Amino acid sequence: MPIEVNGKSIETDEEGYLADLNQWEPEVATVMAAIDDAELTETHWEVINFLREYYEEYQIAPAVRVLTKAIGKKLGKDKGNSKYLYELFPYGPAKQACKYAGLPKPTGCV
Amino acid sequence: MSEEDYEEDGEMNGKKFLYVNRRGPYGTVYALESLEVVLIGAAFEQDVSLAFMDDGVYQLKKGQNTDGMGMKNFSPTYRALEMYDVEKLFVSKESMDERGLTTEDLIVDVEVIDNAAMADLMEDAEVVLSF
Repeated sequence: MPIEVNGKSIETDEEGYLADLNQWEPEVATVMAAIDDAELTETHWEVINFLREYYEEYQIAPAVRVLTKAIGKKLGKDKGNSKYLYELFPYGPAKQACKYAGLPKPTGCV
Repeated sequence: MSEEDYEEDGEMNGKKFLYVNRRGPYGTVYALESLEVVLIGAAFEQDVSLAFMDDGVYQLKKGQNTDGMGMKNFSPTYRALEMYDVEKLFVSKESMDERGLTTEDLIVDVEVIDNAAMADLMEDAEVVLSF
């Protein structure tokens, strides 16, 4: 189903991931979060921006285990643990944050 | 829950998996499928090795460009393997030589082994998956 972002209609798949990754803009994340009744804070954006950089470099949405480790390296140990990430993204840090970041569903997630 | 919940899964430990890649990266879906299976399987803490032979060595070639081909250039993903604890990548010396390739041409660090050593590697593996 399409979502409305800045007056434009953007196509998503049945699970809410962007159909065309190139259509992402920050507002997309905000709108997707609103659909989930969530509000994005600075700490959410840290993870979303990290995922976008990760995808840019490796062309893959990381598995949660890899994301956790990589976040720990980049943003510090207090953030590189699943408790912290699940508090930010209760639907699953990899799945939910990747969706907001406009990435495909992480490989291996069902 | 802690990170260890993801790290320690003793049940699958120990099995030696070898993924053998023999085809070029594009034109068929084998290379990409193999890579995805490796990434998914990496969650199960197996002992994983990847072998590249014949045209499969092209999968690791630097400077791939898929513009106009309708397939994503997924070669950067091989550089993510290390983060999935997949660190044993072998390429066939004969296949590299036949194609005029050296390790300088590849996007990741690999171990170059001759076909006799490749045969030993396959012999040694408990599960061999060929793509």
